[in-house]
Amino acid sequence: MAAPAVSRRPLPWGPMARMAGRRALFAVPVLLAVTFGVFAAAALSPFDPVRAYAGTAGLTASQENLDQIRANLGADRPVTALWWDWLTSAATGDFGASAVMRRPVADVIAERLGWSVLLAGTAFVIAVLLGTVLGVLAARRPGGLVDRTATAAAYTLEAAPAFWLGLLAVWFFAVHLGVLPAGGLTDPGADAVTAGQVARHLVLPAGVLALTQLPWFHLYARQGVADALAEDPVRGARARGLRERTVLCGHALRSGMLPMLTLIGSRIPEVITGALLVETVFSWPGIAAATVEAATSVDFPLLAALTTLATAAVLAGNLLADLLYGLADPRAGFDG
Amino acid sequence: MTARTARGLAATTMAAALIASAAACSRPAGGSAAAGSPDSVVVGIANEPETLSPLLGYGKDGNSKIFDGLLTHDSAMRLRPALAVALPEVTADRLTYTYSLRKGVRFSDGAPFTARDVVFTYRTILDPKTNNPARSELDAVRSVRAEGDDRVVFTLKYPYAPFAERTVLPIAPEHIAGRQDVNSGEFTTRPIGTGPYVLTTWSKGEKLAFKANPGYWGGAPTVKKFTMAVIKDDDVRATRLRSGELDGAILPPGLAKGFAHDKGRTTLAATSFDHRSVTLPTHHPVTGDPAVRRALDLAVDRKAMVDKLLDGAGKPAYGPVPTDSPWFAEGTERAHDPGRARRLLDAAGWLPGPDGIRTRNGVRAAFPLWYTSGDKLRQDHALAYASDAKKAGIEITTQAGTWEVIEPRMKTDAVLAGGGSPADPDFDQYQLLMSTLGGDGFNNMARYDNPAVDRALEQGRRSGDPAARKAAYDTVQRELVKDPGYTFLTHIDHLYVLGDRWADLTTQVEPHDHGLGSGPWWNVEKWQPRR
Repeated sequence: MAAPAVSRRPLPWGPMARMAGRRALFAVPVLLAVTFGVFAAAALSPFDPVRAYAGTAGLTASQENLDQIRANLGADRPVTALWWDWLTSAATGDFGASAVMRRPVADVIAERLGWSVLLAGTAFVIAVLLGTVLGVLAARRPGGLVDRTATAAAYTLEAAPAFWLGLLAVWFFAVHLGVLPAGGLTDPGADAVTAGQVARHLVLPAGVLALTQLPWFHLYARQGVADALAEDPVRGARARGLRERTVLCGHALRSGMLPMLTLIGSRIPEVITGALLVETVFSWPGIAAATVEAATSVDFPLLAALTTLATAAVLAGNLLADLLYGLADPRAGFDG
Repeated sequence: MTARTARGLAATTMAAALIASAAACSRPAGGSAAAGSPDSVVVGIANEPETLSPLLGYGKDGNSKIFDGLLTHDSAMRLRPALAVALPEVTADRLTYTYSLRKGVRFSDGAPFTARDVVFTYRTILDPKTNNPARSELDAVRSVRAEGDDRVVFTLKYPYAPFAERTVLPIAPEHIAGRQDVNSGEFTTRPIGTGPYVLTTWSKGEKLAFKANPGYWGGAPTVKKFTMAVIKDDDVRATRLRSGELDGAILPPGLAKGFAHDKGRTTLAATSFDHRSVTLPTHHPVTGDPAVRRALDLAVDRKAMVDKLLDGAGKPAYGPVPTDSPWFAEGTERAHDPGRARRLLDAAGWLPGPDGIRTRNGVRAAFPLWYTSGDKLRQDHALAYASDAKKAGIEITTQAGTWEVIEPRMKTDAVLAGGGSPADPDFDQYQLLMSTLGGDGFNNMARYDNPAVDRALEQGRRSGDPAARKAAYDTVQRELVKDPGYTFLTHIDHLYVLGDRWADLTTQVEPHDHGLGSGPWWNVEKWQPRR
């Protein structure tokens, strides 16, 4: 597209770094509070770590045996002590061993994080791109066919729960049509994890996750661009006889995209929660599926590490959005 | 110009969709490779083990694939030697069991198997620091020691008749497991054993994959690749079986029926000791009354439950022992007799009130019955039980909850429970009925307390004479007729649907907790292709 002339000013590295530093300092008390909250909530929950650990064998075990395991796991100690122990060893880089996965927490995360990032990243990119394109098309002719269809669909999808969409997609594509696998990372009989296998297994979960996020981007882009189209600079551009495409992409989209940037930051927690449900439905071996298991098993070390990770992702997402906003609209600055 | 953009977009979307579907079509029904060759098997199972370490309880009932026990069970559940060359020599006082070990056996990493590995395995399990929830199964063991490289001697605290049945538990290699933290070491997820298969991958929540151990002492298996896909949802498992992605799967009766007329697939029904029963807590004023217990025992229509809830795949249960077991006490079957149930209650002073529910001395014949939420089979049993009881004038309120909700209420509230272990009657009956185990963990949930049963259970576990043992467990079953502290409802067949490519498939008699050692693939290492 015919990019309008942009004055190439140097990036304001100093203010940006200061903002990132401030946020990093702010993150410390947030992380402390969040991890403690998770420990306290897990301890108050009716779930029993020993029962989860023992599995079905726990139903025939003697009480003495179960009490011994409770003592071995350290699950009989007060929650403050558990949290403090976790915190001090985590500070030295030792995140402990997961009781439910029976492996070091670092191994569990290393093995699963990549798959989650792949899933969430693919879904996020699809949602942002497709949502923006549909939003711009809808905004170009408000009330037109594209606008009415896409916007009505967006409101419906916004209300649809992710797991329900997931089950629907499994039923339609895997059961009814039989064209896509219903779950897993590869076919059960496959020996190795190949790119082709993963790509085929990624279509449904990533598609569903993208679908749950898409309406937000669509509606924001539509509103932003529609507003911008009514503004003076656009009217001016049209008056100068610029091509419609230049007006749309060069003028309206650029100013209409500003709210999208904040949206990207604020949608990250939603993508993480969405991934939680989608990974469970599609038996995707990612971090979110492990979170569910860790929570219902009161697996403190794994749960705490995953919460820290999620909190950090949210804080980083917000920081990224604010930095982008500051860059796109110098009036906002880097003071937050 | 703008219309062109829209058309372009539509074309791009279309192309992307085509590419996606073309990619999907290029590998039709991912299991087509599996469906062809008989040396690769993919099966769908519902539950995966918590751990793969025998030291933490994996494979304690045998058929662990990766490991061998000293002994093993054949298809008729008779004990056969495995890592031992013969059944153990037992001294006259039945306190000492000596096993001679097979020579020349190697672990899959090449290291030789010796008596030290056996001693290490049992001593580690008995160590309180080991998180093995099944440790109490070895309560009778006083000590275990090696005599040279190929003899192991167990000394017991008291004569424990079924001890040899316990020695099917898998043997771990000391040179690997002994050098790690027993509870969280790598061995718990990357095991190494002497067994017919070697674990290649375990992706928790997704699948376990095995490959044949070419140096297996019992002969290299014909099935070279064995994969267990972990699929919790019954419908999804059935779908993936139908699509050819799986060669076999465990299915509930309703879904297995859909494959009954399939050419190229067979359905195997494994009989089991897996019972569904209702606990009748001693400490509840209604369920603690023997008259109510006996009335419920007669009021319940077990035959209808088998026909309607299990689609015929099961048997009425009158006690923990199924009617086709040699341990079953003849004549303890009870007919469905609602008339007699009502007369019993009348005679005991439980008289119907205006709403049809009986009362006695101001106590209403009503109690809650819990079942685990999400368990359709237990829910169905609970509802059928409540409906049968209602006809006799007893009001049962069914409630769903997780074990966390149910556990604190077990002392006074009834629970739709399940259990059963086929190897020896002592294994499940002692824990289920012994009064001293009342409320100990999940053992004897009903707090059943019957001195005659207690005595018979002790005789049964200590006596070395098979006839005396049979008499003891007959006594237990007859006492349960007089005072049924549990209402036993059904014994459930486990159904497996499997591709028709292997010859002479069998199943064992299965326990309640049927993990990956159960099913027709209990002996997958011996499978041969059908000619």
